[in-house]
Amino acid sequence: MIRVWHLTKRFGALTAVDDISFEITAGEIFAFLGPNGAGKTTTVKMLTTILAPTSGTLELDGLNLVDSKSAARRRFGVVFQDPSLDQELTAWENMDLHGVLYGMPRKLRHGRAETLLKSFELWDRKDGQVRQFSGGMKRRLEVARGLMHTPKILFLDEPTLGLDPHSRKQLWTQVSHLNQTEGVTIFLTTHYMEEADRVASRIAVIDRGKIVATGSPRQLREQTQTASLEEAFLALTGPRARDEGPENAAGMGAARIVGR
Amino acid sequence: MRAMYALWLRELKRYWRSKQRIALSLVQPVLYLLVFGFGLAPVYRKAGGGDFLQFLAPGVIAMTVLFSSIGSGVALLFDRQFGFLKETLVAPVPRIQIMLGRTCGAATVAVLQGLLVTAVCLAAGFRPMGAAMSAAALAFVILIAIAFAGLGATLGASMKDMPGYQGVMSLLVLPITLLSGMLFPLENLPVVLATFTNIDPLSYGVDGLRATLTGKTHFGLLLDGAVLLGTAVIFIGLGAWRFAKIEP
Repeated sequence: MIRVWHLTKRFGALTAVDDISFEITAGEIFAFLGPNGAGKTTTVKMLTTILAPTSGTLELDGLNLVDSKSAARRRFGVVFQDPSLDQELTAWENMDLHGVLYGMPRKLRHGRAETLLKSFELWDRKDGQVRQFSGGMKRRLEVARGLMHTPKILFLDEPTLGLDPHSRKQLWTQVSHLNQTEGVTIFLTTHYMEEADRVASRIAVIDRGKIVATGSPRQLREQTQTASLEEAFLALTGPRARDEGPENAAGMGAARIVGR
Repeated sequence: MRAMYALWLRELKRYWRSKQRIALSLVQPVLYLLVFGFGLAPVYRKAGGGDFLQFLAPGVIAMTVLFSSIGSGVALLFDRQFGFLKETLVAPVPRIQIMLGRTCGAATVAVLQGLLVTAVCLAAGFRPMGAAMSAAALAFVILIAIAFAGLGATLGASMKDMPGYQGVMSLLVLPITLLSGMLFPLENLPVVLATFTNIDPLSYGVDGLRATLTGKTHFGLLLDGAVLLGTAVIFIGLGAWRFAKIEP
Protein backbone atom coordinates (compact mmCIF):
# COMPACT_ATOMS: atom_id res chain seq x y z
CA MET A 1 0.00 0.00 0.00
CA ILE A 2 2.86 2.38 0.86
CA ARG A 3 6.39 2.03 -0.44
CA VAL A 4 9.13 4.39 0.70
CA TRP A 5 12.48 3.92 -0.94
CA HIS A 6 15.69 5.80 -0.03
CA LEU A 7 13.70 8.84 1.05
CA THR A 8 15.70 11.93 2.02
CA LYS A 9 14.61 15.43 2.97
CA ARG A 10 17.06 18.26 3.50
CA PHE A 11 16.34 21.80 4.65
CA GLY A 12 19.45 23.63 3.49
CA ALA A 13 22.38 21.97 5.20
CA LEU A 14 20.13 20.09 7.63
CA THR A 15 19.01 16.55 6.92
CA ALA A 16 15.64 15.90 8.56
CA VAL A 17 15.02 12.52 6.92
CA ASP A 18 18.07 10.55 5.90
CA ASP A 19 17.72 7.76 3.33
CA ILE A 20 14.86 5.81 4.89
CA SER A 21 13.05 2.85 3.31
CA PHE A 22 10.01 0.87 4.44
CA GLU A 23 6.84 -0.75 3.12
CA ILE A 24 3.35 -0.97 4.55
CA THR A 25 0.85 -3.57 3.39
CA ALA A 26 -2.89 -3.01 2.97
CA GLY A 27 -4.92 -3.17 6.18
CA GLU A 28 -1.94 -2.74 8.50
CA ILE A 29 -1.80 -0.40 11.47
CA PHE A 30 1.74 0.91 11.20
CA ALA A 31 3.22 3.04 13.96
CA PHE A 32 6.07 5.43 13.23
CA LEU A 33 7.80 6.26 16.47
CA GLY A 34 10.68 8.53 17.33
CA PRO A 35 11.86 11.24 19.74
CA ASN A 36 11.03 14.92 19.15
CA GLY A 37 12.66 16.19 15.98
CA ALA A 38 13.47 12.67 14.74
CA GLY A 39 11.80 13.23 11.35
CA LYS A 40 8.34 11.74 11.92
CA THR A 41 6.27 14.76 10.94
CA THR A 42 8.57 15.58 8.01
CA THR A 43 8.02 12.02 6.74
CA VAL A 44 4.24 12.37 7.17
CA LYS A 45 4.34 15.69 5.30
CA MET A 46 6.14 14.05 2.39
CA LEU A 47 3.75 11.09 2.40
CA THR A 48 0.81 13.50 2.32
CA THR A 49 2.30 15.58 -0.54
CA ILE A 50 2.74 18.73 1.55
CA LEU A 51 6.51 18.58 1.24
CA ALA A 52 8.48 17.42 -1.78
CA PRO A 53 11.29 14.98 -1.02
CA THR A 54 14.87 15.95 -1.76
CA SER A 55 15.46 12.48 -3.17
CA GLY A 56 13.99 8.99 -3.06
CA THR A 57 10.76 7.35 -4.14
CA LEU A 58 7.34 7.52 -2.50
CA GLU A 59 4.54 5.26 -3.70
CA LEU A 60 1.02 5.10 -2.35
CA ASP A 61 -1.37 2.47 -3.69
CA GLY A 62 0.86 2.14 -6.75
CA LEU A 63 0.94 5.88 -7.44
CA ASN A 64 4.11 7.93 -7.38
CA LEU A 65 3.47 10.75 -4.92
CA VAL A 66 5.55 13.28 -6.82
CA ASP A 67 4.09 12.62 -10.29
CA SER A 68 0.49 11.73 -9.38
CA LYS A 69 -0.25 14.04 -6.46
CA SER A 70 -3.90 14.70 -7.21
CA ALA A 71 -4.84 11.05 -7.77
CA ALA A 72 -2.90 10.00 -4.67
CA ARG A 73 -4.61 12.67 -2.53
CA ARG A 74 -7.98 11.02 -3.16
CA ARG A 75 -6.65 7.79 -1.65
CA PHE A 76 -5.49 9.02 1.72
CA GLY A 77 -6.94 10.95 4.61
CA VAL A 78 -4.87 12.82 7.14
CA VAL A 79 -5.20 14.00 10.70
CA PHE A 80 -2.48 16.54 11.32
CA GLN A 81 -0.57 17.00 14.54
CA ASP A 82 -2.01 20.51 14.86
CA PRO A 83 -5.75 21.19 14.60
CA SER A 84 -6.99 21.89 11.08
CA LEU A 85 -10.74 22.28 11.54
CA ASP A 86 -12.56 25.51 10.74
CA GLN A 87 -13.59 26.59 14.23
CA GLU A 88 -16.30 28.93 12.96
CA LEU A 89 -18.11 26.23 11.00
CA THR A 90 -20.23 23.47 12.48
CA ALA A 91 -19.17 19.82 12.62
CA TRP A 92 -21.53 19.06 9.77
CA GLU A 93 -20.20 21.94 7.66
CA ASN A 94 -16.60 20.84 8.21
CA MET A 95 -17.49 17.33 7.04
CA ASP A 96 -19.49 18.61 4.08
CA LEU A 97 -16.77 21.03 2.97
CA HIS A 98 -14.24 18.20 3.07
CA GLY A 99 -16.56 16.07 0.92
CA VAL A 100 -16.90 18.87 -1.63
CA LEU A 101 -13.12 19.35 -1.78
CA TYR A 102 -12.79 15.63 -2.54
CA GLY A 103 -15.44 15.77 -5.26
CA MET A 104 -18.08 13.66 -3.49
CA PRO A 105 -21.65 13.94 -4.80
CA ARG A 106 -24.11 15.57 -2.39
CA LYS A 107 -26.11 12.42 -1.55
CA LEU A 108 -23.00 10.36 -0.89
CA ARG A 109 -21.50 13.21 1.12
CA HIS A 110 -24.46 13.56 3.41
CA GLY A 111 -24.83 9.82 3.94
CA ARG A 112 -21.16 9.36 4.75
CA ALA A 113 -21.07 12.39 7.08
CA GLU A 114 -24.04 11.05 9.00
CA THR A 115 -22.51 7.57 9.33
CA LEU A 116 -19.17 8.90 10.54
CA LEU A 117 -20.58 11.50 12.93
CA LYS A 118 -22.74 8.79 14.48
CA SER A 119 -19.81 6.38 14.61
CA PHE A 120 -17.63 8.98 16.37
CA GLU A 121 -20.46 9.96 18.72
CA LEU A 122 -20.77 13.50 17.38
CA TRP A 123 -24.16 13.28 15.68
CA ASP A 124 -26.04 15.12 18.41
CA ARG A 125 -23.54 18.00 18.11
CA LYS A 126 -23.46 18.12 14.31
CA ASP A 127 -24.88 21.65 14.21
CA GLY A 128 -22.62 23.00 16.93
CA GLN A 129 -19.75 25.34 16.05
CA VAL A 130 -16.43 23.55 16.42
CA ARG A 131 -14.96 26.27 18.64
CA GLN A 132 -17.41 25.17 21.33
CA PHE A 133 -16.18 21.55 21.24
CA SER A 134 -13.87 19.92 23.79
CA GLY A 135 -10.38 18.80 22.74
CA GLY A 136 -11.52 15.17 22.51
CA MET A 137 -14.51 16.04 20.35
CA LYS A 138 -12.34 18.09 18.00
CA ARG A 139 -9.88 15.23 17.57
CA ARG A 140 -12.71 12.74 16.92
CA LEU A 141 -14.13 15.14 14.36
CA GLU A 142 -10.73 15.46 12.68
CA VAL A 143 -10.47 11.66 12.39
CA ALA A 144 -14.05 11.41 11.13
CA ARG A 145 -13.33 14.09 8.56
CA GLY A 146 -10.14 12.33 7.46
CA LEU A 147 -12.25 9.24 6.72
CA MET A 148 -15.01 11.20 4.94
CA HIS A 149 -13.93 10.43 1.37
CA THR A 150 -13.40 6.72 2.17
CA PRO A 151 -9.60 6.79 1.88
CA LYS A 152 -7.57 3.61 1.61
CA ILE A 153 -4.96 5.01 3.99
CA LEU A 154 -5.35 7.24 7.01
CA PHE A 155 -2.37 9.19 8.34
CA LEU A 156 -2.63 10.07 12.01
CA ASP A 157 0.11 12.40 13.20
CA GLU A 158 0.04 12.28 17.00
CA PRO A 159 -3.77 12.22 17.04
CA THR A 160 -4.12 11.81 20.80
CA LEU A 161 -1.70 14.54 21.86
CA GLY A 162 -3.19 16.47 24.76
CA LEU A 163 -6.21 14.21 25.19
CA ASP A 164 -7.29 12.67 28.47
CA PRO A 165 -7.08 8.85 28.84
CA HIS A 166 -10.84 8.38 28.22
CA SER A 167 -10.78 10.37 24.98
CA ARG A 168 -7.63 8.54 23.84
CA LYS A 169 -9.15 5.14 24.50
CA GLN A 170 -12.39 6.12 22.76
CA LEU A 171 -10.53 7.40 19.71
CA TRP A 172 -8.38 4.30 19.33
CA THR A 173 -11.38 2.01 19.75
CA GLN A 174 -13.12 3.82 16.89
CA VAL A 175 -10.01 3.86 14.68
CA SER A 176 -9.36 0.14 15.28
CA HIS A 177 -13.00 -0.60 14.50
CA LEU A 178 -12.79 1.27 11.19
CA ASN A 179 -9.52 -0.49 10.37
CA GLN A 180 -11.28 -3.83 10.83
CA THR A 181 -14.62 -3.00 9.21
CA GLU A 182 -13.48 -0.82 6.30
CA GLY A 183 -9.96 -2.21 5.90
CA VAL A 184 -8.38 1.24 6.13
CA THR A 185 -4.58 1.12 6.38
CA ILE A 186 -3.42 3.26 9.29
CA PHE A 187 -0.11 5.10 9.48
CA LEU A 188 0.29 6.71 12.86
CA THR A 189 2.85 8.60 14.86
CA THR A 190 2.56 8.88 18.62
CA HIS A 191 4.59 9.52 21.75
CA TYR A 192 2.35 7.21 23.77
CA MET A 193 4.12 3.84 23.66
CA GLU A 194 1.27 1.94 25.27
CA GLU A 195 -1.01 3.10 22.45
CA ALA A 196 1.40 1.91 19.77
CA ASP A 197 1.85 -1.36 21.65
CA ARG A 198 -1.90 -1.88 21.82
CA VAL A 199 -3.03 -0.91 18.32
CA ALA A 200 -0.06 -1.27 15.94
CA SER A 201 0.65 -4.45 14.06
CA ARG A 202 4.09 -3.16 13.06
CA ILE A 203 6.36 -0.37 14.24
CA ALA A 204 9.27 1.57 12.76
CA VAL A 205 11.49 3.61 15.06
CA ILE A 206 13.12 6.69 13.55
CA ASP A 207 15.91 8.61 15.24
CA ARG A 208 17.94 11.51 13.85
CA GLY A 209 16.31 11.03 10.46
CA LYS A 210 17.15 7.33 10.12
CA ILE A 211 15.08 4.24 10.76
CA VAL A 212 16.81 2.36 13.54
CA ALA A 213 14.44 -0.60 13.93
CA THR A 214 11.27 -2.12 12.47
CA GLY A 215 9.10 -5.01 13.59
CA SER A 216 6.08 -5.94 15.63
CA PRO A 217 5.94 -4.62 19.21
CA ARG A 218 6.92 -8.10 20.44
CA GLN A 219 9.86 -8.31 18.02
CA LEU A 220 11.16 -4.92 19.17
CA ARG A 221 10.99 -5.98 22.81
CA GLU A 222 12.81 -9.21 21.98
CA GLN A 223 15.47 -7.47 19.89
CA THR A 224 16.26 -5.03 22.67
CA GLN A 225 15.70 -7.59 25.47
CA THR A 226 13.33 -5.25 27.28
CA ALA A 227 10.02 -5.81 29.02
CA SER A 228 7.99 -2.98 27.48
CA LEU A 229 7.83 -1.04 24.23
CA GLU A 230 8.80 2.12 26.09
CA GLU A 231 11.98 0.47 27.34
CA ALA A 232 12.66 -0.86 23.85
CA PHE A 233 12.16 2.66 22.46
CA LEU A 234 14.60 4.15 24.98
CA ALA A 235 17.12 1.40 24.26
CA LEU A 236 16.90 2.19 20.55
CA THR A 237 16.96 5.99 20.76
CA GLY A 238 18.88 6.67 23.95
CA PRO A 239 17.64 8.19 27.21
CA ARG A 240 18.44 11.85 26.48
CA ALA A 241 15.64 14.32 25.70
CA ARG A 242 15.61 15.91 22.22
CA ASP A 243 14.60 19.30 20.94
CA GLU A 244 11.63 19.83 18.63
CA GLY A 245 11.74 20.51 14.89
CA PRO A 246 13.47 19.20 11.80
CA GLU A 247 16.24 21.74 12.22
CA ASN A 248 17.35 19.75 15.26
CA ALA A 249 17.16 16.42 13.55
CA ALA A 250 20.27 16.90 11.49
CA GLY A 251 23.89 17.23 12.28
CA MET A 252 23.69 14.93 15.27
CA GLY A 253 25.75 12.17 13.80
CA ALA A 254 24.69 8.97 12.12
CA ALA A 255 22.09 6.62 13.57
CA ARG A 256 23.45 4.02 15.87
CA ILE A 257 21.53 0.96 14.84
CA VAL A 258 20.26 0.53 11.30
CA GLY A 259 17.70 -2.11 10.39
CA ARG A 260 17.84 -4.13 13.56
CA MET B 1 -15.94 24.77 -9.59
CA ARG B 2 -17.80 23.17 -6.69
CA ALA B 3 -14.69 23.48 -4.52
CA MET B 4 -14.43 27.17 -5.42
CA TYR B 5 -18.09 27.67 -4.57
CA ALA B 6 -17.69 25.85 -1.24
CA LEU B 7 -14.71 28.01 -0.26
CA TRP B 8 -16.55 31.16 -1.37
CA LEU B 9 -19.54 30.14 0.75
CA ARG B 10 -17.26 29.45 3.72
CA GLU B 11 -16.08 33.06 3.71
CA LEU B 12 -19.67 34.30 3.67
CA LYS B 13 -20.72 32.02 6.52
CA ARG B 14 -17.77 33.13 8.61
CA TYR B 15 -18.65 36.78 7.95
CA TRP B 16 -22.33 36.35 8.70
CA ARG B 17 -21.59 34.58 11.99
CA SER B 18 -19.25 37.30 13.21
CA LYS B 19 -21.72 40.02 14.16
CA GLN B 20 -18.98 41.77 16.10
CA ARG B 21 -16.90 42.03 12.91
CA ILE B 22 -19.85 43.50 11.02
CA ALA B 23 -20.49 46.08 13.75
CA LEU B 24 -16.81 47.02 14.14
CA SER B 25 -16.37 47.41 10.40
CA LEU B 26 -18.88 50.26 10.48
CA VAL B 27 -17.07 52.24 13.17
CA GLN B 28 -14.30 53.71 11.03
CA PRO B 29 -16.48 54.76 8.06
CA VAL B 30 -19.02 56.30 10.40
CA LEU B 31 -16.23 58.20 12.16
CA TYR B 32 -14.94 59.49 8.82
CA LEU B 33 -18.44 60.57 7.84
CA LEU B 34 -19.08 62.32 11.12
CA VAL B 35 -15.68 63.88 11.77
CA PHE B 36 -14.67 64.83 8.24
CA GLY B 37 -18.15 65.02 6.76
CA PHE B 38 -19.48 67.46 9.28
CA GLY B 39 -16.14 68.93 10.40
CA LEU B 40 -14.87 69.98 6.98
CA ALA B 41 -18.27 70.68 5.40
CA PRO B 42 -18.37 74.43 6.27
CA VAL B 43 -14.81 75.00 4.95
CA TYR B 44 -15.58 73.07 1.76
CA ARG B 45 -18.81 74.98 1.23
CA LYS B 46 -17.09 78.32 1.81
CA ALA B 47 -14.45 77.39 -0.77
CA GLY B 48 -17.23 76.87 -3.29
CA GLY B 49 -17.01 73.07 -3.35
CA GLY B 50 -20.67 72.48 -2.51
CA ASP B 51 -21.94 69.71 -0.26
CA PHE B 52 -18.93 67.93 1.29
CA LEU B 53 -20.95 64.80 2.14
CA GLN B 54 -21.67 64.35 -1.57
CA PHE B 55 -17.92 64.54 -2.18
CA LEU B 56 -16.84 62.39 0.79
CA ALA B 57 -19.33 59.49 0.66
CA PRO B 58 -17.91 57.73 -2.46
CA GLY B 59 -14.44 57.86 -0.87
CA VAL B 60 -15.70 56.40 2.40
CA ILE B 61 -17.42 53.58 0.51
CA ALA B 62 -14.20 52.86 -1.45
CA MET B 63 -12.13 52.95 1.75
CA THR B 64 -14.46 50.45 3.42
CA VAL B 65 -14.19 48.08 0.49
CA LEU B 66 -10.39 48.45 0.49
CA PHE B 67 -10.04 47.69 4.22
CA SER B 68 -12.33 44.68 4.04
CA SER B 69 -10.98 43.13 0.84
CA ILE B 70 -7.30 43.48 1.70
CA GLY B 71 -8.17 41.59 4.89
CA SER B 72 -8.20 38.40 2.79
CA GLY B 73 -4.49 38.22 3.58
CA VAL B 74 -5.17 38.20 7.32
CA ALA B 75 -7.70 35.39 6.84
CA LEU B 76 -5.07 33.41 4.93
CA LEU B 77 -2.52 33.90 7.70
CA PHE B 78 -5.09 32.86 10.31
CA ASP B 79 -5.89 29.71 8.33
CA ARG B 80 -2.20 28.97 8.12
CA GLN B 81 -1.72 29.57 11.83
CA PHE B 82 -4.80 27.61 12.91
CA GLY B 83 -4.32 24.76 10.47
CA PHE B 84 -7.29 24.95 8.10
CA LEU B 85 -5.03 25.86 5.19
CA LYS B 86 -3.44 22.39 5.35
CA GLU B 87 -6.86 20.78 4.97
CA THR B 88 -7.33 22.58 1.66
CA LEU B 89 -3.77 22.11 0.42
CA VAL B 90 -3.85 18.29 0.72
CA ALA B 91 -7.21 18.10 -1.07
CA PRO B 92 -7.21 17.01 -4.73
CA VAL B 93 -8.14 20.51 -5.89
CA PRO B 94 -5.89 22.74 -8.03
CA ARG B 95 -4.45 25.55 -5.92
CA ILE B 96 -5.72 28.18 -8.33
CA GLN B 97 -9.29 27.09 -7.50
CA ILE B 98 -8.59 27.29 -3.78
CA MET B 99 -7.11 30.75 -4.15
CA LEU B 100 -9.94 32.00 -6.38
CA GLY B 101 -12.63 30.59 -4.10
CA ARG B 102 -11.11 32.27 -1.08
CA THR B 103 -10.45 35.56 -2.88
CA CYS B 104 -13.93 35.76 -4.41
CA GLY B 105 -15.34 35.10 -0.93
CA ALA B 106 -13.28 37.93 0.55
CA ALA B 107 -14.30 40.22 -2.32
CA THR B 108 -17.99 39.39 -1.81
CA VAL B 109 -17.71 40.17 1.89
CA ALA B 110 -16.06 43.49 0.99
CA VAL B 111 -18.91 44.32 -1.41
CA LEU B 112 -21.44 43.58 1.36
CA GLN B 113 -19.49 45.87 3.70
CA GLY B 114 -19.51 48.53 1.00
CA LEU B 115 -23.29 48.23 0.64
CA LEU B 116 -23.73 48.51 4.40
CA VAL B 117 -21.68 51.70 4.48
CA THR B 118 -23.60 53.02 1.47
CA ALA B 119 -26.75 52.60 3.54
CA VAL B 120 -25.10 54.54 6.38
CA CYS B 121 -24.13 57.30 3.90
CA LEU B 122 -27.71 57.48 2.63
CA ALA B 123 -28.97 57.74 6.19
CA ALA B 124 -26.50 60.59 6.79
CA GLY B 125 -27.93 62.54 3.88
CA PHE B 126 -25.91 61.40 0.87
CA ARG B 127 -27.97 61.47 -2.34
CA PRO B 128 -26.65 59.57 -5.39
CA MET B 129 -27.71 60.43 -8.95
CA GLY B 130 -29.95 57.63 -10.15
CA ALA B 131 -30.59 53.90 -10.27
CA ALA B 132 -28.78 53.26 -13.56
CA MET B 133 -25.59 54.94 -12.40
CA SER B 134 -25.88 53.18 -9.03
CA ALA B 135 -25.61 49.89 -10.91
CA ALA B 136 -22.41 51.19 -12.50
CA ALA B 137 -21.19 52.22 -9.05
CA LEU B 138 -21.77 48.65 -7.86
CA ALA B 139 -19.53 47.47 -10.71
CA PHE B 140 -16.79 49.78 -9.38
CA VAL B 141 -17.29 48.49 -5.85
CA ILE B 142 -16.88 44.92 -7.18
CA LEU B 143 -13.73 45.85 -9.10
CA ILE B 144 -12.15 47.54 -6.06
CA ALA B 145 -13.03 44.49 -3.94
CA ILE B 146 -11.52 41.99 -6.40
CA ALA B 147 -8.36 44.03 -6.98
CA PHE B 148 -7.55 44.50 -3.31
CA ALA B 149 -8.64 40.99 -2.27
CA GLY B 150 -6.05 39.87 -4.84
CA LEU B 151 -3.45 42.13 -3.23
CA GLY B 152 -4.39 40.74 0.20
CA ALA B 153 -4.01 37.17 -1.09
CA THR B 154 -0.63 38.04 -2.59
CA LEU B 155 0.62 39.48 0.70
CA GLY B 156 -0.96 36.74 2.82
CA ALA B 157 0.62 34.01 0.72
CA SER B 158 4.00 35.75 0.76
CA MET B 159 4.27 36.30 4.51
CA LYS B 160 4.31 33.87 7.39
CA ASP B 161 3.67 35.90 10.50
CA MET B 162 0.91 38.26 11.54
CA PRO B 163 3.08 41.12 12.91
CA GLY B 164 5.01 41.27 9.62
CA TYR B 165 1.78 41.34 7.66
CA GLN B 166 0.32 44.07 9.84
CA GLY B 167 3.49 46.11 9.36
CA VAL B 168 3.20 45.85 5.58
CA MET B 169 -0.52 46.61 5.79
CA SER B 170 0.03 49.81 7.74
CA LEU B 171 2.75 50.83 5.28
CA LEU B 172 0.45 50.21 2.32
CA VAL B 173 -3.13 50.84 3.35
CA LEU B 174 -2.79 54.30 4.84
CA PRO B 175 -0.94 55.82 1.85
CA ILE B 176 -3.31 54.06 -0.58
CA THR B 177 -6.27 55.55 1.28
CA LEU B 178 -4.92 59.06 1.82
CA LEU B 179 -3.56 59.43 -1.72
CA SER B 180 -6.78 58.24 -3.35
CA GLY B 181 -8.46 61.63 -3.36
CA MET B 182 -10.98 60.41 -0.88
CA LEU B 183 -10.63 63.54 1.28
CA PHE B 184 -9.56 66.17 -1.25
CA PRO B 185 -10.18 66.96 -4.93
CA LEU B 186 -7.44 65.75 -7.29
CA GLU B 187 -7.45 68.96 -9.32
CA ASN B 188 -4.55 71.47 -9.04
CA LEU B 189 -2.37 69.29 -6.80
CA PRO B 190 1.42 69.80 -6.57
CA VAL B 191 3.23 67.67 -9.16
CA VAL B 192 4.74 65.21 -6.65
CA LEU B 193 1.42 64.59 -4.91
CA ALA B 194 -0.38 64.34 -8.25
CA THR B 195 2.13 61.70 -9.39
CA PHE B 196 1.46 59.59 -6.33
CA THR B 197 -2.30 59.93 -6.66
CA ASN B 198 -2.03 58.91 -10.31
CA ILE B 199 -0.23 55.66 -9.48
CA ASP B 200 -2.57 54.79 -6.59
CA PRO B 201 -5.14 52.31 -7.99
CA LEU B 202 -7.69 53.32 -5.36
CA SER B 203 -7.73 56.85 -6.87
CA TYR B 204 -9.45 55.34 -9.89
CA GLY B 205 -11.88 53.46 -7.66
CA VAL B 206 -12.81 56.59 -5.72
CA ASP B 207 -13.06 58.60 -8.95
CA GLY B 208 -15.20 55.90 -10.59
CA LEU B 209 -17.56 55.84 -7.64
CA ARG B 210 -17.70 59.63 -7.54
CA ALA B 211 -18.46 59.73 -11.26
CA THR B 212 -21.23 57.15 -11.07
CA LEU B 213 -22.78 58.41 -7.84
CA THR B 214 -22.38 62.19 -8.14
CA GLY B 215 -21.50 62.84 -11.78
CA LYS B 216 -18.09 64.42 -11.07
CA THR B 217 -14.94 62.78 -12.41
CA HIS B 218 -11.23 63.57 -12.61
CA PHE B 219 -9.79 60.76 -14.76
CA GLY B 220 -12.90 59.83 -16.74
CA LEU B 221 -15.07 56.78 -16.25
CA LEU B 222 -13.41 54.72 -18.98
CA LEU B 223 -9.90 55.18 -17.61
CA ASP B 224 -11.14 54.48 -14.08
CA GLY B 225 -12.66 51.17 -15.17
CA ALA B 226 -9.67 50.16 -17.29
CA VAL B 227 -7.10 50.86 -14.56
CA LEU B 228 -9.12 49.03 -11.92
CA LEU B 229 -9.68 46.05 -14.20
CA GLY B 230 -5.98 45.90 -15.02
CA THR B 231 -5.08 46.17 -11.33
CA ALA B 232 -7.50 43.35 -10.49
CA VAL B 233 -5.99 41.10 -13.17
CA ILE B 234 -2.43 41.84 -12.01
CA PHE B 235 -3.14 41.31 -8.30
CA ILE B 236 -5.18 38.15 -8.86
CA GLY B 237 -2.37 36.81 -11.08
CA LEU B 238 0.25 37.66 -8.44
CA GLY B 239 -1.93 36.10 -5.75
CA ALA B 240 -2.30 32.87 -7.73
CA TRP B 241 1.44 32.76 -8.34
CA ARG B 242 2.28 33.25 -4.65
CA PHE B 243 -0.45 30.84 -3.52
CA ALA B 244 0.97 28.12 -5.78
CA LYS B 245 4.20 28.36 -3.81
CA ILE B 246 2.69 28.50 -0.33
CA GLU B 247 3.80 25.93 2.24
CA PRO B 248 1.60 25.31 5.27
